[in-house]
Amino acid sequence: MKKLKSSLTNMLVVLTVITIVAAGVLASVNAVTAPQIEKINAENLAAGIKAVMGSDDIKVSEPWEVDAFTAYDINDKQGNLLGKAVVTTENGFGGPLKVLVGFDTEGNILGYTVLEHAETPGLGAKAGEWFQDKIIGMNPGTNNFTVSKDGGEVDAITASTITSRAFLRAIQNAYDKIIAGQDVVSGASQQASAADMGTPDVIE
Amino acid sequence: MNNLKVLVNGIIKENPTFVLLLGMCPTLGTTSSAINGMSMGLATMCVLILSNLIIASIKKLIPDAVRIPSYIVVIASLVTVLQMLIKAYAPDIDKSLGLFIPLIVVNCIILGRAESFAAKNGPIASIFDGIGIGIGFTIALTCLGAVRELLGTGSIFGFTLWSENYGMLMFVLAPGAFLALGYLIVVFNKITKKA
Repeated sequence: MKKLKSSLTNMLVVLTVITIVAAGVLASVNAVTAPQIEKINAENLAAGIKAVMGSDDIKVSEPWEVDAFTAYDINDKQGNLLGKAVVTTENGFGGPLKVLVGFDTEGNILGYTVLEHAETPGLGAKAGEWFQDKIIGMNPGTNNFTVSKDGGEVDAITASTITSRAFLRAIQNAYDKIIAGQDVVSGASQQASAADMGTPDVIE
Repeated sequence: MNNLKVLVNGIIKENPTFVLLLGMCPTLGTTSSAINGMSMGLATMCVLILSNLIIASIKKLIPDAVRIPSYIVVIASLVTVLQMLIKAYAPDIDKSLGLFIPLIVVNCIILGRAESFAAKNGPIASIFDGIGIGIGFTIALTCLGAVRELLGTGSIFGFTLWSENYGMLMFVLAPGAFLALGYLIVVFNKITKKA
């Protein structure tokens, strides 16, 4: 028989060797690629923040975390407060829907970008583009920030009401907590284990 | 076996999607558009070639009773390495394929070919088998993706042929995928019967 006999010793040795080699390969590839992946994530976030704030001429603060939100204070180069960028998560149709949204100091939406999603390609996945011409300029504090089916002002994605509702809820929650400083109960934040670091002084 | 015959075998006689009916899960899940289908096929082909090569090279060292766990460790490690490399050096591909790469591990084609070919043939022949099956899979997925994208959204490879409003939504979702796949199998069988 050209293969090794299936004795207990042989099986144990072979499995151990294979898994050690696999672990070694994975660890080395990880060590080589991890810094690069970090760098790409940071670049994407920086580019994303510039895109949602609508300007390159900005200074981004260190992130601060409240509940399940990550927020950045955005100042212009002279130090005047331009607004805030918030990373907010909500449970979508197929999994967590992570959105980066930029607000100005009054809470008007300057821009958004979808960072992560597990929505249906061709349907909910269109959230990245669909709402660009619909919610920019709206203010979740003053506008009725829900889908038209629920009596609101925003057109939902055709055949993707669940994704649309989750998307709008994510931004509404970000506004409520970070801009208006209210307490927020969202589907995603209940799963977050980040300790509340206290609500910063954000009420304009 | 002649290596070229092995390659062509993977495309026609033992096409993984239309004949072997393996890897149905990613086939149905990633073919909502032609480019998604093609990218998934190519990524799977890379993994298949490497896993066939590695397994064919070390098959003499693996006792029969532990061959499945051993193959799975090899395949899972390969896919993880591929994912890390893509995330680090080809972030655009990562953006479009993102979710699908880790799914390659559970693609039955990889383990199936390891069991039925790489475990019984030499490394060079196994490479050709990987290429052949990979090409067969890519062609199948691209065709299915193109059909679903065309009927579902009116575009193909991103080029709009007619308005999305005339598209049949069903083909973007699972039921349409099953139907489209079934009819493609019919067409494939008709064509290859004459060959």
